Amino acid sequence: MLEIKCPVCGVVGEEGDFHGGGQAHITRPATDNPANISDEAQRDYLFMRHNPKGLHFERWRCDRGCGKWFHAARDTVTNEFKAYYSIRELPPVELMKAATGSWAEYFKDKMVTK
Amino acid sequence: MTGKPYRLPDDSGAGRLLDRSKPLSFTFDGKKMTGYAGDTLASAVMANGRRVMGRSFKYHRPRGLITMGSEEPNALVGVGTGSRREPNLRATQVELFDGMTSVSQNRWPSLDFDVGIINNHMSRLFPSGFYYKTFMWPKTFWHKVYEPVIRNAAGLGVAPDGVDPDSYEQVHVHCDVLVVGGGVAGLAAAQAAAANGKRVMICDETPRLGGIADISNELIDGKSQLDWVREQAASLTAADNVHVMTRATVIGHYHHNYLMIFERLTDHNPALAAAGAPRHRLWKVRAGKVILASGASERTMTFANNDRPGVMLSSAARTLVERYGVAPGLMGLIFANNDDAYITALSLKRSGVGIARIVDVRENPQSEIITAAQDAGIETMFGHAVAGVETSAGGKQIDAVKIAPYVKGRGRVVNEITVPADFIAVSGGWNPVAHLWCHNGGKLQWDDTLACFKPKSHDDDIAIVGSANGTMDLAGCLKEGYAAGEKAGGKARLKKPRVVVRKQAPVEPMWFSPATGKYNEGNKHFIDLQNDVTAADLELAQREGYESVEHTKRYTTLGMATDQGKNSNVPGMGIIAEATGKAVPEVGTTTFRPPYTPFSFGAIAGTQRGKLFHVIRRTAVYDWHTSQTSVMEPVGDWRRPYCYPQGGESQQDAINREILNVRNNVGILDASTLGKIEIKGPDAGEFLNRMYTNMFAGLKTGKCRYGLMMNEMGFLMDDGVTAKLADDHYLMHTTSGGADRIAAWLEEWLQTEWYDLKVYVTPVTEQWSQFAIAGPNARKVLEKLGSDIDLSHEALPFMAMATGDIAGFPVRLFRISFSGELSFEVATPANYGQDLWDKILEAGKEFGIAPYGTEALHVLRAEKGFIVVGDETDGTVTPHDVGMSWAVSKKKPDYIGKRSLEQAFLTEPGRKQLVGLATTDPNEVLPDGAPAVESGKLTGHVTSSYWSPTLKRSIAMALVKNGSERMGEKISFPLADKVIEAEIVDPVFYDKEGARQNV
Repeated sequence: MLEIKCPVCGVVGEEGDFHGGGQAHITRPATDNPANISDEAQRDYLFMRHNPKGLHFERWRCDRGCGKWFHAARDTVTNEFKAYYSIRELPPVELMKAATGSWAEYFKDKMVTK
Repeated sequence: MTGKPYRLPDDSGAGRLLDRSKPLSFTFDGKKMTGYAGDTLASAVMANGRRVMGRSFKYHRPRGLITMGSEEPNALVGVGTGSRREPNLRATQVELFDGMTSVSQNRWPSLDFDVGIINNHMSRLFPSGFYYKTFMWPKTFWHKVYEPVIRNAAGLGVAPDGVDPDSYEQVHVHCDVLVVGGGVAGLAAAQAAAANGKRVMICDETPRLGGIADISNELIDGKSQLDWVREQAASLTAADNVHVMTRATVIGHYHHNYLMIFERLTDHNPALAAAGAPRHRLWKVRAGKVILASGASERTMTFANNDRPGVMLSSAARTLVERYGVAPGLMGLIFANNDDAYITALSLKRSGVGIARIVDVRENPQSEIITAAQDAGIETMFGHAVAGVETSAGGKQIDAVKIAPYVKGRGRVVNEITVPADFIAVSGGWNPVAHLWCHNGGKLQWDDTLACFKPKSHDDDIAIVGSANGTMDLAGCLKEGYAAGEKAGGKARLKKPRVVVRKQAPVEPMWFSPATGKYNEGNKHFIDLQNDVTAADLELAQREGYESVEHTKRYTTLGMATDQGKNSNVPGMGIIAEATGKAVPEVGTTTFRPPYTPFSFGAIAGTQRGKLFHVIRRTAVYDWHTSQTSVMEPVGDWRRPYCYPQGGESQQDAINREILNVRNNVGILDASTLGKIEIKGPDAGEFLNRMYTNMFAGLKTGKCRYGLMMNEMGFLMDDGVTAKLADDHYLMHTTSGGADRIAAWLEEWLQTEWYDLKVYVTPVTEQWSQFAIAGPNARKVLEKLGSDIDLSHEALPFMAMATGDIAGFPVRLFRISFSGELSFEVATPANYGQDLWDKILEAGKEFGIAPYGTEALHVLRAEKGFIVVGDETDGTVTPHDVGMSWAVSKKKPDYIGKRSLEQAFLTEPGRKQLVGLATTDPNEVLPDGAPAVESGKLTGHVTSSYWSPTLKRSIAMALVKNGSERMGEKISFPLADKVIEAEIVDPVFYDKEGARQNV
């Protein structure tokens, strides 16, 4: 039973009061022309997920509180939450830098804005 | 021995916890016995001269108590009678009360004479993996012969009869520091943690704080340890910021310092339960910091027939004497590899219990306590080991102990001596109780000096102190306790007590004491007493290739009993290490899982039983429904009327009548459970376009449209009618079961993907009562009620909606139909629901109105070929599969599931499609889910099947491979007792052109 803090309303609550929404930062392909998206690309979008031992980026919803979705960075080994951030944002730059494996690959070209 | 055979006299100084002025009577296996206030059931039974307390699980060997507490593997008992009987309690933990009824377990017909002991003599036929090897064939024998016989022979206790009469509670709390264990280290930790005002909880699984201070021999500040712990316990109990709990076991440690505590409030005193106190309380604690001071538990020694009643841990023998004034026997022999057993020897000697000698594995150990024992006249024998026991009375009585010179790794013993004794106190060293440390990922490391695993590292804010941390001396326990407490609570100005540090001789691990003769012929070296696992079993597992300790555990069942191997795991690792030539840390440990000790189902359920087991949702008309019918059906958390039988009518007759009344007159259905979600904002239309497969942007205000919803994988997940109330305002209807899920789904897309859309989503299901008035007379009923809405077909055609008044009630009126008849769905604020319902029934009387239930609803829709998401779909069905390609937009640039619907595997031929089925015999109703089999292959299944009173024949829908191209073909459905044949037909059985709803 994790203890989670909602960055939107500030409540600290039990995992059961939140809803886990799986991996964060999945890019949904535009569907106006399905031919632009290969079956493989669609498969990857639907099913292929990062599964790191260590720093991971997730979506959560403050289910029994304000109802808002947010992002969280959690270490899957220690279960420590490293940061909570807006559902519309990328992780803090220092965490993008700290990411490893396929996450590092994903964030590689996204660290310019901050 | 005076009085009872094993009870020590009052003037012996033994029996600290006893109140000899308060005798208690109780029964054990029907025999009347007496004990004293302060006894445990185990000590009282022992005091009455009975050593055998149970039979073992597999071999049915007689067994007596081994330990002093919750780790007890042998003395499992059932306590109480009838609905208050609880099996599998550890007699060493059960506090005696007057009138207690207790029974031993796993014996038949009686404890003294047990038929199952035959297993012991046939044990060569029952090696590890015996079940896997033997009961494989013939296959059909498993259910009918093997399993019932095995279960009968191996059952552990008898479940209570009837409904549990007691009450249970759960409590959720936060604290700054939770200290687990109330021994010396825990008390020191709690004092330091609480010194600066932090909120501290300290709990112990025994009835009192103090741990084993009362059976230890060191002094603190010149006082006995007992006096010191009493002072500490009193000051903690008096402190406002400390919550002291006893009879409270921390059974699990979970993520982020979340812990569960199992507190037993009335088991020791039934009068409290009778007065209404809850029996058990389950605490769910979120602790800022956790300090584990869970102590250590003693290990047994592995020698031939080390399970005989009378062989017990040294600490158990000491506890029996010191706390309960019970002699373990008349003449004891002490067998040890460490100094702690010498405290037991001195304690027993002081209380007048005979000591034959101390047999110590160590060659030449030297320490103060050893000298003290020798000075007290106790004979010591170094460099020797117990090789076996001589018994009588079918193994129930020890007569003598065989002792042989011990040299590590020497193998079979040749020369031995025999010493008369009737009990053996053994000490194989101490294991830190690190279960809670390991529940949530704490790491262990092997300690060569202590010959045990001890805590290494943890990711949580958790500390472990004292003997739980492998710190076995008093000074170290105090030091670690205070340090951890200060770290958690801030620097404290506490006066730290002084202790004299005494040097102990180191422990020498001994995993196996060889026997004379072949140990697997008549002699058994037990490792796990509760599951009857022997050293030979572990060695066999190694020979058969179960190299991983996790495999060995599952193959032999080592450590898998209710005691979870508290005493046996480390000796088991030692045996495996010796058998494989590895070091113990290379063998590794198995996984520690919650709960630390068994706890009750009552505590798990708490108050969620009976009416509170599952809180149900009720519509505004719920009370009216239950006054008219007792046949209610669960639909999600709702309870809806299934049908309304009248007079002596059967359910089927009622359903048929309700359906025909809708087709011929008019029926009314409470459809309030239907999901209702308001969608509002300038982008509402665009949002619906993306959520549904079909087009919503062009919908005109005052009109309704049926929509299909897919998930992103292209599979159907919901359907329903959405009405446009205004340019920026829609009302979405969802399935009854999908209301909450779909509201969350819409919210998720708005917040996480399309946050540029200006839309609010508001679930309003419970704000409205909604009734379907369906049938040829529906309009007449509404006209009679009176309305400011023009109810004519021209003004309010099929799939139109209007807002206004009916019979003075504010309503939203929808011309939508799930029955295929002329139908109005009328929604009014839920507070008016019952009133409007009454008025409709009253007005409808002359038109033959009658309520109809969910089953009639389903048959009516099936006659029309309308799908139900969840019946016709199962999460792998697309709109095309159910013949609704017309509802899948080809123009919209984006909607959920659009791309997936074109994935190769969803467009290939050979998918199953929705069809109707007309059985060859019209009276034959196919069962739901019946499989279609063609050429030995499964090609489809029935999704809905009913008797249609309208058509006077059975109807069904099914998903069948290539079904839409196979109209008119016959397929067969083989069932257990027959084969049903049916023709593939159009799923719309009634009023194919839809004329009846369009009037």
